[in-house]
Amino acid sequence: MKTADLKLPVLKTHKLYIGGAFPRSESGRSYPLVRPGAKKPFAQLCLGSRKDLRAAVDAALGAQHGWAARSAYNRGQILYRAAEMIEGRADSWLALLREGLGLTPAQAERALAGTIDALVYYAGATDKYPQVIGAVNPVAGPHHNFTTPEAVGVIGLIFAEDPDPAAIAARIAAAIAAGNTVVALLPGRAGGLVAEFGEAFATSDLPGGVVNLLSGSAAELASQFGSHMEIQGLTYLGGDHAVQTELERLGADNMKRYLRPGGPLLALERVLDFVEYKTVWHPIGY
Amino acid sequence: MTEHLAHASASPATNGHPRDPAPAPGGLVIDYAPSIESDKIVQIPARHQLYIGGKWTQPAAGRYFDSINPATNQVLSEIAEADASDVDAAVRAARRSYDRTWSKLSGRERGRYLFRIARLIQERSRELAVLETIDNGKPIRESRDVDLPLVAAHFFYYAGWADKLEYALPGRKVGPIGVAGQIIPWNFPLLMAAWKIAPALACGNTVVLKPAEQTPLTALKLMEIFEEAGLPPGVVNLVTGAGEAGAALVAHPGVDKIAFTGSTEVGKIIARSVAGSGKKLTLELGGKSAHIVFEDAAIDQAVEGVINGIYFNQGHVCCAGSRLLLEESVSGVFLDKLKVRMRQLRVGNPLDKNTDIGAINSIGELDKIKRLIELGKQEGSSYFEPEEIKLPQAGNFLRPCFFSDVASSHTLCRVEVFGPVLTVSTFRTPAEAVAKANDTPYGLAAGIWSEKGSKIHKVASGLRAGVIWANTYNQFDPTSPFGGYGESGYGREGGRHGLLPYLEILG
Repeated sequence: MKTADLKLPVLKTHKLYIGGAFPRSESGRSYPLVRPGAKKPFAQLCLGSRKDLRAAVDAALGAQHGWAARSAYNRGQILYRAAEMIEGRADSWLALLREGLGLTPAQAERALAGTIDALVYYAGATDKYPQVIGAVNPVAGPHHNFTTPEAVGVIGLIFAEDPDPAAIAARIAAAIAAGNTVVALLPGRAGGLVAEFGEAFATSDLPGGVVNLLSGSAAELASQFGSHMEIQGLTYLGGDHAVQTELERLGADNMKRYLRPGGPLLALERVLDFVEYKTVWHPIGY
Repeated sequence: MTEHLAHASASPATNGHPRDPAPAPGGLVIDYAPSIESDKIVQIPARHQLYIGGKWTQPAAGRYFDSINPATNQVLSEIAEADASDVDAAVRAARRSYDRTWSKLSGRERGRYLFRIARLIQERSRELAVLETIDNGKPIRESRDVDLPLVAAHFFYYAGWADKLEYALPGRKVGPIGVAGQIIPWNFPLLMAAWKIAPALACGNTVVLKPAEQTPLTALKLMEIFEEAGLPPGVVNLVTGAGEAGAALVAHPGVDKIAFTGSTEVGKIIARSVAGSGKKLTLELGGKSAHIVFEDAAIDQAVEGVINGIYFNQGHVCCAGSRLLLEESVSGVFLDKLKVRMRQLRVGNPLDKNTDIGAINSIGELDKIKRLIELGKQEGSSYFEPEEIKLPQAGNFLRPCFFSDVASSHTLCRVEVFGPVLTVSTFRTPAEAVAKANDTPYGLAAGIWSEKGSKIHKVASGLRAGVIWANTYNQFDPTSPFGGYGESGYGREGGRHGLLPYLEILG
């Protein structure tokens, strides 16, 4: 009896990453990931639905309090662990970047290095930014007064279709470094990165729900991000001005913190994009 | 100030409360003879123009509206009503001034102007305090002892930042944004002008300010002070008017940044309006702030804090502690003491130095608050007001009051009343207190009363609010960032954090 022809690989369907699990889209829909210029798909991706998004927000909401309550040290350790996990799967990443996403070998190497760099950068930021931006304020009276940054809550990130793993890693890591939880849409071809990022986060002691990743269509889901009342902050990186305007308009309903894209990827102010400042007063006296 | 002790003549209204105690221990109440601050120090012109490019300018449409003294409902002055063309002229003047003058000055020079302004405000603080009280209705004691000192301090604080902006955000080079359109409310008219203008100018921006139509007089007076300080023309421009002028300012393509303080409802309209424009936006909006009293609190101090938290400035305070959460074991004794203290509050002539609660800012606002009180009664929670407090015949006055036994679902627990109306509910555990405190889309402020430090820190870290007063309430300082979470808006005013909304990161 002949063994199966190994030249016919299994055509994988990459799944979503929600609440620490890897479900298929509840909609049962998928779309092919095809490298530019290729004829055959590299894999099938789940076409995430509104309901998947709602499930992801629920997971993010459920995880947020506990994640923010972790020590900054612990959040940093976990982010560093995620970087290690990606490095450990470098071969798989490089294959995806080249064969699934069409990067040249050199581009793939740079993209992978940038991804790891981003996670390491923000791993080291968790217990720094509160000292950089926090303050003890010299009020003119007998009060101790201090300001500390805190997480905003659940952050929506809608990335560009053109896959940029270093940008995805940086934006996600910056948001969760501060104790936020994230629901990220990696639309179109960028959705090819959901599986590898999900694998890294799932195996790095990151609590389920802190990062939730959807592949799918920005045209279908962007406005759902904008109008969801439990998403408290949002960045849209798709570059379509009409979509951006629509999201800012929708976000007004619950006063979303809306961050326009821009600025360096590795910078402490990316962490500050999604923080609140809490100022506490207490009298001084006997 | 003269005072004498008199025996209480009338029996207190009980409103059906079984625990309602005598008005004051021993049956004594303290009566105060009037001590009226003279208004002679203030000359109010019959008519005020717009202030554009350093010139007092008639409004294009020639329309004027009245500014009213809410304590008498008499007209104080006619105020120019700006339309879109006036706003356009003001924005152009601000842009010219930004391009030619203000953004070219060194930080040290900008700071020198702001220091001079701070000094002039200090020197004219009595005049400004009286004018504020006449136009706004707040007690002179507050305008004199709270608003004006803070106004001067705010300019003084940000004056010193103007030549130190390289320290605003460590490791980053920063610069001004351009023209800032600033829209401010009627509850702290001059203080809000200071909160907006001082950091904007320190960072090198120029300003078009729109004060609230109810209370433009002190902002107009501030323009005189700017002239006196020699501030270059067009650095600050003032357009008076109502919603139309504000909308024109928000929509103007020449404005780079909008800063608004006011209701969440209007804040959302503004956020939608600037969507996609690239304008920077900071919003300081409404609140429904929780005031939590634990059983281990210093109860008498906490009563005083709660009084200050909700009845300060007639309750016209965005961060008012309007939801009192009492630990169940002390709720009875606390409410008894609260009632005693409320009976001692003096409501009346805002110019009387004894007055605790002045005039509600407008007839419209008074009607709105009364409607909400009626709604609260209909929804079935227990109502208390010290009925023996006599209100003046004329003007917009209201007794302080509270509703007890309210549920989180009651209207008064959810909507911002913006008046001297407190809701009271109880809790059994710190976790329940935090959950109830956070059970609102707002997140501006909160109060905690406990003598246990670790509990205060634990509760403070769980509260979703931008300002937390522990064992105190309604403290303000220019060095202390102020602003909210959630639907209370975004951005901070005050402190180093108050610079960031007026700066662009250059690299």
